[in-house]
Amino acid sequence: MNADANSIPAIEVEKLQAGYDGDVVLQEVTFSVRRGEVFFIIGGSGCGKSTLLRHLVGLNAPMAGTVKFFGQPFTHAALADRRALLKTFGMLFQGGALWSSLTLRENVALPLEEYTPLSAREVNEIATLKLAQVGLGGFEDYFPAEISGGMRKRAGLARALALDPEIVFFDEPSAGLDPVTSRKLDELILQVRDTFGTTIVIVSHELDSIYSIADRVIMLDRAEKGVIAEGTPRELAANSRDPRVSEFLRRLDMAARPA
Amino acid sequence: MPGSLESGDATVTAIEIDGGLDVVLGGVWQVTVSRPTWGKLLAGREPRRVRLRTDEVAKWDTSLLLFLIEAQEWCRVVGAYCDTEALPEKIRTLLGQFTKARETSVPFDRSESFLTGVGQATIETWERARTASTFLGESVIGVARLLKRPRMFRWHDCFEEMQQCGAMALPIVSLISFLVGLIMAYQAAVQLRQFGADIFVADLVGLSVVREMGPMMAAIILAGRTGAAFAATLANMKANEEVDALETLGIPPVFFLALPRLVALTLMMPLLALYANCLGILGGMAVGKGVLDIPPSAYWIETQSIIDLSDVSTGLIKAFAFGVLISLAGCLRGLQAERSAAGVGRAATSAVVTSVLLIIVADSLFAVIFNYLGW
Repeated sequence: MNADANSIPAIEVEKLQAGYDGDVVLQEVTFSVRRGEVFFIIGGSGCGKSTLLRHLVGLNAPMAGTVKFFGQPFTHAALADRRALLKTFGMLFQGGALWSSLTLRENVALPLEEYTPLSAREVNEIATLKLAQVGLGGFEDYFPAEISGGMRKRAGLARALALDPEIVFFDEPSAGLDPVTSRKLDELILQVRDTFGTTIVIVSHELDSIYSIADRVIMLDRAEKGVIAEGTPRELAANSRDPRVSEFLRRLDMAARPA
Repeated sequence: MPGSLESGDATVTAIEIDGGLDVVLGGVWQVTVSRPTWGKLLAGREPRRVRLRTDEVAKWDTSLLLFLIEAQEWCRVVGAYCDTEALPEKIRTLLGQFTKARETSVPFDRSESFLTGVGQATIETWERARTASTFLGESVIGVARLLKRPRMFRWHDCFEEMQQCGAMALPIVSLISFLVGLIMAYQAAVQLRQFGADIFVADLVGLSVVREMGPMMAAIILAGRTGAAFAATLANMKANEEVDALETLGIPPVFFLALPRLVALTLMMPLLALYANCLGILGGMAVGKGVLDIPPSAYWIETQSIIDLSDVSTGLIKAFAFGVLISLAGCLRGLQAERSAAGVGRAATSAVVTSVLLIIVADSLFAVIFNYLGW
């Protein structure tokens, strides 16, 4: 692969305007995500983090603006091009969003059956491998209803990783998880990035995760309807003059500071 | 003899070195395109030693791992030495994870013996019967509480449900009742005409609509329309833990959720049945005018002469009972539902089946009772 291709950002968002039913939630949002980066979208409740994510993955159409992946336009792309791009994504939904009528193995196998020329035996092998990778070896034949919330989330990640995507999106990965499981998920995210060079986009307000794995963050604000800060978390915590940003990011510092 | 395979952008080259095989992988390995397989590369050779290298790989994913796993597996089976030292650390870690997962993976056996199946089905049936009777009891207590303290009742919810299951059901009830009246009149006309007894179409249609078909058709429509909706709504609320939230507050879900629906449907059902009666008679009248040349006034006078108050009231008593049965079945199935998407669907289906079954059984009971009473 030549250097040119590598310098194109994984995601470019330009002047994106997003909202529902005429209500504008985000006004002219512009940012880009580099390849192989762990990128966090942070902000308080109701600031449009999840809305932005839904627009990035194409679940909602933007009111204006464009989203490009690896230099290719996604927003107004033809159906075939869109499908080709969708193949390169994986998404972990908040609750795991596993299909309840399928076993974990079948959940992971479905995207493989849909998009790869692999034989049934190979699909099975990959599903087992992916589940093992997220620490669910031995649970292949369980149904989602038979396992805990944290396990469901990890199984969701295994499904998101099934096609070895170039970009994986996470919607609140640590929501509803205990701190230990949450840490393990963070480690898993880093492992995936380090092994496959995957680009990671995470919507979260979990400060622990932000400080431990984020390469770069953008912060959204409800009143501003857009990005109010961009940079590494430590940079922002140390240098930002915006009280909204420092208040959000310094809470952990306060907690961690020795008495 | 070196051998080399290419598939898509993935390449693999095998070089034989004194009885061993040096396997060099290269190119781009992606799971979404086809890849070389170990069996093809081997082409019948049986090396004693295999060395795996990925020096020339530009990009890889699980597809590469699959190939390596195939090679490792083959070596294990034939007892050849598999040298993975030259592989990058990342790949070896993943291979290790996979091998470990395979060793610890325990097949999950869901099969059960016939006796276990029978036992579980019995327990389940018993459990369902128990929840059904508890629900019935709670509903009765709920009604008593409503009569004692009507101010505590959720009248707002009840009125909304009345609108949903009553007024909003008018178009479909109109259409079906009118058509049922029409169909019956046609069937009757064919027979009665042979005897020149055309006018008795009005008697036949009037009596059967008012005593039987009006309440019955309205009940079946509401079982499909409202019973299913009750079950789906309550099942979804149960899946969302809304029902649990009520219980933790000490508010009985039956009183809060089921009772407004029960009252709404029970009050609306007789009204809809009356309305269905009118439309059914109108359907008969249309056939009388259009096909048999009976003037509507004559048809109406004939209908009036045959139907008396006891016919209308037996119909209404039935309708009232059907309303109770449909709403009980809908709410019960909703509250008994499993907490999943499929559970919601099953609850709705089960509500309709139960309601229709109960309607027919109740109707035949009424037939016997009314016959005995001479109504």
